[in-house]
Amino acid sequence: MSASHHDDAHDAHDAPAGLKVLSVSTVHPRVRTVQVSRPEAQDTTFLAATAKGLGVTLKHFARNFFLPGKSKAARTQAGAPPAEKFFFGKLDRNDIETVQYPEEKVTYPERFRGLHRLTLRADGAVRCVACMCCPTVCPAHCITIIPAETDDKGIEKKPAVFEIDELRCVVCGLCVEACPCDAIRMDTGEHAKPVEDRANAIETRETMMARGVRSIATQGGEGPNWRTGGPAATKKPGEH
Amino acid sequence: MQTVYDILDWPGTKWLFVVLVLVMPLASLLTWAERRQSAMMQDRLGPNRANIGPIKLKGILHFVADAVKMIFKEDFIPANVHKGLFTLAPILALAPVLIAFCIIPFGPTIYPHAYTSTLDTYMLATEPTNAMFADSIRMQMFQVDFGLIFYFAVLTLANYGGTIAGWASYNKWALLGGLRSSSQMMSYEVAMGLALMGAFLVTGSLEPGFIASHGASDSMSGSNPLNWLWLWQPVGFLLFFTAAIAETKRAPFDIPEGEPEIIGYFVEYSGMRWGIFFLAEFIEIVFISSVIATVFFGGWQVPFLDADGFRIGGYIDQVNNISVGGVFTPLPHWLVTTLQFMAFGVKVILLCWFQLLVRWTLPRFRADQLMALGWKLLLPLSLANIMVTALIKLLFMGGT
Repeated sequence: MSASHHDDAHDAHDAPAGLKVLSVSTVHPRVRTVQVSRPEAQDTTFLAATAKGLGVTLKHFARNFFLPGKSKAARTQAGAPPAEKFFFGKLDRNDIETVQYPEEKVTYPERFRGLHRLTLRADGAVRCVACMCCPTVCPAHCITIIPAETDDKGIEKKPAVFEIDELRCVVCGLCVEACPCDAIRMDTGEHAKPVEDRANAIETRETMMARGVRSIATQGGEGPNWRTGGPAATKKPGEH
Repeated sequence: MQTVYDILDWPGTKWLFVVLVLVMPLASLLTWAERRQSAMMQDRLGPNRANIGPIKLKGILHFVADAVKMIFKEDFIPANVHKGLFTLAPILALAPVLIAFCIIPFGPTIYPHAYTSTLDTYMLATEPTNAMFADSIRMQMFQVDFGLIFYFAVLTLANYGGTIAGWASYNKWALLGGLRSSSQMMSYEVAMGLALMGAFLVTGSLEPGFIASHGASDSMSGSNPLNWLWLWQPVGFLLFFTAAIAETKRAPFDIPEGEPEIIGYFVEYSGMRWGIFFLAEFIEIVFISSVIATVFFGGWQVPFLDADGFRIGGYIDQVNNISVGGVFTPLPHWLVTTLQFMAFGVKVILLCWFQLLVRWTLPRFRADQLMALGWKLLLPLSLANIMVTALIKLLFMGGT
């Protein structure tokens, strides 16, 4: 054949991977006796593999069925290490991963961005000075502020209306970054509540102040850092 | 004259008892148990929240919620289906399984007039016509010598349910599912029947009631676990169990249905029509468990519980009518029968549980693997099992 020399040229590199070559024909180097590896008997009858698999699932079932205990997530929260052994180790807790949501909740990371809160002054007034930084930076245009004058000449303005449409909010946190007064934060650790009417998804000044904590940061960014400033300065995320 | 015992002994009464007390509750609960058990095998909790007011019961009521949901769903019949067969198919799938239950002995024979006393087995053997043993109620609807053959014959009819559902649906995927269903059923019917042949050879009977009450050998009591056929027919047991799981069309043999993706023959069914297919499948699980419990695990027998009480070791001296050797604790007839009813229930529940364990452990076979397993492995092995059993019976057990 005209192409045979082409094939022969490839033969040196062409030994099939994984096949042990027992002998090569002297007539033609491509004619070879190779050792074919067949699957092990237990792989073709499925019996051993079946028994092994049943053992694994049975172990999990028995452990979760007979052993008491709350979910693994709830245990991890409590600081207890999950049990490792069943038959010869600690016979204490099951292995269930499910978190039963309304009753149990997982802790969110510290920097989780939840619902907004408006922080308060020492006298309980809203800390926001209606500088309009947050509605300006908001990429979703979900913040509406209508300013009003205050009697305090050092502050000048306050928000008469401060509304955030949680359906439009993209939870980017830029409003918190932009705020020069530590007046808005997203560290509540709460989700937006499910609502049946779109109007109910709008957070008002009052609802966000109800979530608010007192901020002791000095206006204008001077003074002690509010994060480490004082004992009553902040609450941990998730507390409210 | 009709007495209350005649009514109790009427097959219809027994059928109602079996279906309402054993089969339907168990099959319904299995729909919940399957999800709950699979969840526990996968380190999840599963459905545990359905409740009526404060009654939660770990979510057992989910099957009620499912039933209510399916009944109130729209009963949709697609255009161009064959309406008669489309309606008939779920019934064809369900009815044979319920009919086949009539061969299952679900309890011991009850002698109402001896109910409060210890049963005198010697007297029962010598004077069966004594007034004390009159009006006996046999806990088996249909006692015939060809019992298990009847079961094979009737359960094959369930095959038509799937095939006709696929054909009547006017949907080529449903039709293919129906074809897969019938090819699988036919392949495994053979191995299933032949796997039980060994059991017939050992016991010399096709009557499930006889197999359950006598066991493999006459030299031991039927209540001795060593006399049950799992020990005498281990290969037959394995083969039958495999083929029986294939007959229920569940994973790893769920090629006809392929619930997660290919759907199969009931793709066009919705609401309670689909629910009936689903229920039939679960009833089939209960039925397979009943057959295996009856044939291989002594049916309603409690280990070492004879008709007159617990007897471990020892035997009844038939000449002098005394219990010889061993430990013997006489029990009244009512307690014995109650324990034996419960034993049957426990065995069936455990076998159902094991089938669920298998279903949630093994991945689905490919179609060619399914056929290879059926024809190239189960069939030759069951034939070999018959040959070896017959040889042993002929050479070592007198060949009768």
